[in-house]
Amino acid sequence: MATTHEASAIAESRAAPARRPMRLFRNLSAKIASLPMVLVAVVIFVGCTVWTVVHSFTNSRLLPKLEWDGLSQYERLWSTPRWYVSIENLAIFGILSMIFTLAIGFVLAALLDRKIRGEDVIRTIILYPFALSFVVTGLVWQWILNPELGLQSVVRSWGWQSFTFDPLYDADIVIYGILIAALWQGTGLIMCIMLAGLRGVDEEIWKAAKIDGIPTWKTYTHVIIPMMRPVFVTSLVLIASGIVKVYDLVIAQTGGGPGGSSEVPAKYVMDSMFAAQNLGQGFAASTMMLLSVIIILIPWAYLEFGGKKRG
Amino acid sequence: MADPASLNTLAALDPVHERTGSVGDMTGPRGRRPRRAFSRANIFLYGTLILVSVYYLLPLWVMVMTSLKGMPEIRMGNIFAPPMEVTFQPWVKAWAEACTGLNCEGLSRGFWNSVRILVPSVIVSIAVASVSGYALARWRFKGSETFFAILLIGAFIPYQVMLYPIVILLRELGLYGSLWGLVLVHTIFGMPINVLLFRNYFAAMPEELFKAARVDGAGFWRIFLQIMLPMSLPIFVVSMIIQVTGIWNDFLFGVVYTRPENYPMTVQLNNIVNSVQGVKEYNVNMAATLLTGLVPLIVYFASGKLFVRGIAAGAVKG
Amino acid sequence: MLVPNHSVRIRDLTLTYGAITVLRDLNLDIHDGEFLVLLGSSGCGKSTLLNCIAGLLEPTDGQIFIKGRNVTWLEPSERGIGMVFQSYALYPQMTVRGNLSFGLKNARMAQAEIEARVAKAARILQIEPLLDRKPAALSGGQRQRVAIGRALVRDVDVFLFDEPLSNLDAKLRADLRVEIKRLHQDLDNTMIYVTHDQVEAMTLADRIAIMRSGKVMQLGTPDEIYNRPQSKYVADFIGSPSMNFLDGHYERGTFRAEGFQIDMAGYQLGAPQVADRPAILGIRPEHVATGALVNAAPIKGEVTVDLVEPMGADTLVWAQVAGKPFRIRMDGQARVVRGDRLTIGIDPSKASMFDAKTEERL
Ligand SMILES: Nc1ncnc2c1ncn2[C@@H]1O[C@H](COP(=O)(O)OP(=O)(O)OP(=O)(O)O)[C@@H](O)[C@H]1O
Ligand SMILES: [Mg+2]
Repeated sequence: MATTHEASAIAESRAAPARRPMRLFRNLSAKIASLPMVLVAVVIFVGCTVWTVVHSFTNSRLLPKLEWDGLSQYERLWSTPRWYVSIENLAIFGILSMIFTLAIGFVLAALLDRKIRGEDVIRTIILYPFALSFVVTGLVWQWILNPELGLQSVVRSWGWQSFTFDPLYDADIVIYGILIAALWQGTGLIMCIMLAGLRGVDEEIWKAAKIDGIPTWKTYTHVIIPMMRPVFVTSLVLIASGIVKVYDLVIAQTGGGPGGSSEVPAKYVMDSMFAAQNLGQGFAASTMMLLSVIIILIPWAYLEFGGKKRG
Repeated sequence: MADPASLNTLAALDPVHERTGSVGDMTGPRGRRPRRAFSRANIFLYGTLILVSVYYLLPLWVMVMTSLKGMPEIRMGNIFAPPMEVTFQPWVKAWAEACTGLNCEGLSRGFWNSVRILVPSVIVSIAVASVSGYALARWRFKGSETFFAILLIGAFIPYQVMLYPIVILLRELGLYGSLWGLVLVHTIFGMPINVLLFRNYFAAMPEELFKAARVDGAGFWRIFLQIMLPMSLPIFVVSMIIQVTGIWNDFLFGVVYTRPENYPMTVQLNNIVNSVQGVKEYNVNMAATLLTGLVPLIVYFASGKLFVRGIAAGAVKG
Repeated sequence: MLVPNHSVRIRDLTLTYGAITVLRDLNLDIHDGEFLVLLGSSGCGKSTLLNCIAGLLEPTDGQIFIKGRNVTWLEPSERGIGMVFQSYALYPQMTVRGNLSFGLKNARMAQAEIEARVAKAARILQIEPLLDRKPAALSGGQRQRVAIGRALVRDVDVFLFDEPLSNLDAKLRADLRVEIKRLHQDLDNTMIYVTHDQVEAMTLADRIAIMRSGKVMQLGTPDEIYNRPQSKYVADFIGSPSMNFLDGHYERGTFRAEGFQIDMAGYQLGAPQVADRPAILGIRPEHVATGALVNAAPIKGEVTVDLVEPMGADTLVWAQVAGKPFRIRMDGQARVVRGDRLTIGIDPSKASMFDAKTEERL
């Protein structure tokens, strides 16, 4: 198989001036080799997405069917209290994790960039949680935040009897418990990206600022951070697209509890499709997730690619 | 400004010194500025970094400590304290005896399932991605960049959007529930990042090499196998790190696309720890959690800088 | 005796990174208003020295004085220096005006004063129309002007340049070189300028310091450096095409080599008495007389042309002398071809002679 394509490629390159082969067969091996990629792009990323969006307008329940049902799935979705809880959780979780991940990631990167000893060790320590599964992360923090045996009881045993920190058992603050775990796992990555960005800053910029007598903190706020805008934007997009997908962590850490107070949209989709046998709801909810990603991506794409023309 | 330095400048103004310009007899500041080893800035810097490191290490510490304690000690004690009496019983139990529902074979089954998923998935996904990346870098054809763009944008689509249609596709192919179905899914979703990685890597290789080979009459596959591959070990390692950790850590696809007897380790772990039946054995749970985290941790610590390079390469361009 | 005021003095400067010594016991006195060029091959420590003067690197040992003030322990901004970098190092998110005024604002200077200084610098450098642009919208030459402007507004006594022109193309480099020279003439500041471009060094400098592995090999005017190099290294380093070296012996006023000897009468020895010893004779290709000029030269000889490189204004001819390649620079109009016999003339007063062992000038 391979040899015939090879032969045709050779024949093509030699015979090109005499007789142009049909367009379709030029680079034939390359096209065949790219077929999996083309299929994935077209069938999965475009096809499946369109399929889901289309079926979100049907009344599919146990099985998908193309019975048009207008916007009724969306009406039902937006009148479900559980969906509101999910959205609210995602909003709180999303905004806070963006802010904290960016802030912590940048500060840690800036500290590591101060030519310190043991940089490699510290970076390794901060990044290792990123190698772990969300399930592992969720379970560890479930254990640490266990009110009877975990952190809370330890602090109480040190003498602070009234200390209360049991986010996983308190519906009002459960999302912060998940946030702590997510930050523990995710900040390392952002720190590494920021560190790479800081390392990319021309050494002479720092020297120029020193000669101008600019204090270090002011060099960061007035010169370095504005320069790193693309790095911040990339980080933000990365964090945001991760947030929308949050699922494993919640399943492992709280299972959506207590009392459905830590539900997230991804879990709503999964439950509708695979547990409640309500496919239409799942499709509608996942289409909403897609929509939110698009809302995040468009400004980014504009900044990233539209902004290039201005240099 | 009002530091000793300005006072010492008087020495330099001394006319005798100026006139003779003699070397070595000038007093005043000389060499390195004396600095207290524990300046306030340094204490703050290292203090913060040590605190941060402790925070990041704490869960690992808790996992290890808990997994080495007996249940009685856990019930009375402090989760941060090291075990008074070390026991490996929880590890044995987590590996061989822990129950999910009626099945009590321990995590070992999930481990071997994960291995059986991991090996073909890594091989297939990297093979496909490297060839695609090579074609994109060196054999562009009409529309190839468009497909690539779609692929990259696809990386941002929430998986939930595509989950169900893929169930249907797999069912049509007769792969639903099987290990090979999951291999296919991992290949699909590992594609954007890996194709990007390989494409950029191959594109950065000297064009002359490629042109020379073409002039010599080598075709698509021969150039790939004989010229590109031998030069691209680093990127294969990076890609492998990404795929091994990513596939091992997967939970969602494992739940959706396999039957319980094929569940990967993460899914089984979650089922063991979060099962509502029976008494909670925290030490066994933590041993199981650690066991599951062990493979990516080993990959991480063994690969060192390459891991960082891999995720940075993926992330910054992603 | 009138001693010129020293603007920058460097005393016993040493800088080491662990086991690597980058600068060793370096001494340098730079006069007020002088244009000093630090010249040397890559990695010899030029930038390191400049950064030490600026306070961006801490020396391991030694002292630095600027305008008579011991600044060894002072912050860069307190030293009264301005610096211009190879990569320009402009703050990319600020306009040109912002770049020029950022340091002044930070020092809490009055707004009116800032504006006056920016306006003055912009006028001198002719960047007034660019003040509201960002660096990304400027050409390389314009960026470098802004970078110079940033040093200018600081109103300092000493300017430091670290290869400011090496990112520019040849034409712009020549233009800006002239401008820097003019700027120096107008301002009368002390300027210390790092480069590894000989032409820049020769045209700009009042004095040149040739550096090699952390030491100053020779400090002198361009004329001294070119005509009386104190070591074989300096002789070889300066001049393009580089100097011809002939191995031989110095014996009682005569240089003897394989197959010929040259009477060194007219050569100015460094010491009144020079003992006989193995020596190296250095002759610049442009100091080899040909054609009608041969008659005026005290020493004459004949060589066979090996290779001809026409370069427009002049022609470089390769021949063999004492079994080694020997370069001769001829007029561009000269018509010679391979195999021609060529009569050449040498003037010992323009040659340089070095001890074969120490490679120091005799
Ligand atoms: N942080 C460092 N650690 C060890 N050695 C260093 C360090 N920084 C510089 N050096 C060494 O110091 C020497 C001098 O460097 P410097 O930058 O001053 O050279 P330079 O003369 O400016 O060269 P160039 O013309 O290439 O700019 C070099 O050999 C370099 O390898
Ligand atoms: Mg340099």
